[in-house]
Amino acid sequence: MGRRTPLYDLHVSQGARIVDFGGWDMPVQYASQLEEHHAVRRAAGIFDVSHMCVIDLTGTRTREFLQYLLANDVGKLKRAGKALYSCMLNEAGGVLDDLIVYFLTDIWFRVVVNAGTRDKDLHWIRGHAHDFGVDVRERADLAMLAVQGPEARQKTLELIPAAERSRALALAAFVGCDLAGWFIARTGYTGEDGFEIMLPAADAAQAWLALNALGVVSCGLGARDTLRLEAGMNLYGNDMDETTHPFESGLGWTVALLPAGRRFIGREALERVQARGSARELIGLVLEDRGVLRSHQRVMVPGGGTGEITSGTFSPTLERSIAFARIPSGPVTRVEVEIRGKLLAARSVKPPFVRAGKSLVS
Amino acid sequence: MIQVPADLQYTKSHEWVRKLADGTVEIGITDHAQHELGDLVFVEVPEKGRALAAGEACAVVESVKAASDVYAPLAGEVTAGNPELATKPELINQDAFGRGWLMRLRPAGAGGGALLSPAQYEELVRAEGS
Repeated sequence: MGRRTPLYDLHVSQGARIVDFGGWDMPVQYASQLEEHHAVRRAAGIFDVSHMCVIDLTGTRTREFLQYLLANDVGKLKRAGKALYSCMLNEAGGVLDDLIVYFLTDIWFRVVVNAGTRDKDLHWIRGHAHDFGVDVRERADLAMLAVQGPEARQKTLELIPAAERSRALALAAFVGCDLAGWFIARTGYTGEDGFEIMLPAADAAQAWLALNALGVVSCGLGARDTLRLEAGMNLYGNDMDETTHPFESGLGWTVALLPAGRRFIGREALERVQARGSARELIGLVLEDRGVLRSHQRVMVPGGGTGEITSGTFSPTLERSIAFARIPSGPVTRVEVEIRGKLLAARSVKPPFVRAGKSLVS
Repeated sequence: MIQVPADLQYTKSHEWVRKLADGTVEIGITDHAQHELGDLVFVEVPEKGRALAAGEACAVVESVKAASDVYAPLAGEVTAGNPELATKPELINQDAFGRGWLMRLRPAGAGGGALLSPAQYEELVRAEGS
């Protein structure tokens, strides 16, 4: 038996198929993964993401600590509630994890890391926090829900006390705030508008059912994966890990090498990569032939190089297969992918594939 | 409850076999199998004329989640693959024992001795589920 979120019994009662995900017993789908996917693109869906690890960092030197710990620069966070996506690197520039960090107050930041890397991350963060006098506290008392889709914010508002609704509605993208004991942020992992809500574990089941009653569809991790890949978002463990650096993982945009004086873990390794140029890069692929791209399939690049699919799936929105592939750097428009001994044609596209319900692929 | 039609035979790997009047057999995957796979998005069926050995991987069914092989329940020559599945893989989810058939086969020799009866198959599924 794996670890369970406060909503486990509810998932089972709703007919979810439960699978192991990073040591957690999680719902992969309810009735139909495709319908769950479409519900998020067209209306609203709800995901239990309580398996992710919420960590509160407090202390007067917390900002300084995070500027050392993370490859992106929390110095960009000027306004309370603002969030930043970042990689946390090892000294070699390999990605230990990707995470979201929220600036809450001058002495309080909140970090949300992946479920499968929880123990490693906590150990790493605690190991470095000590030197900065920063207190590290895992918030196992909180559940986390993601309500996503074009109708998600409107539906969620109905769960919020009337006096607080205008504040929730006013939240800009990538900003969160505390509303009557719930931390609500306009973030997500689907390419749609919506909220992620951190709330006391005891409130989670009631909130879930209330959203269901408003027509918000229960969605599993299966739909979460097809949605994030369509949205061009990386999955830790698939698209990057400790053996790959951000520049070969489509995450160069999250690395803040400026200001040049900011020392952060992995910086020297990344500067060396940048000086010689990354040998590999992560690209988006659309399969032109029939079939389904899957991780670890071999990619043949014109001119002789080979690469590998890191994430692949059938895209329910585009009704064809899409993927990320790590290939030798260089301009490429067409590749071949080996699927069960056959070479199938795919073309390179710049992710995202889908954003706000619309296909970005011609 | 999953369906296990009484007029078909089954395999341990969740294929079904229907004997047709002309001596050929029709083959598909069971309702239980489609339920386990989830929404199917791609199906590859064997070409007409291909000779299959019993137990040979002869078709592929892919759901959003994963690809699975389908194994020939008995030896024989393929007389037809279901052409509708190329554009409508969801037929297997909707009608596993009917319009979702995968292929037709002319059996080589008597064969078929290792197939499961409906009762045996039902027991197998129950045992897997527990």
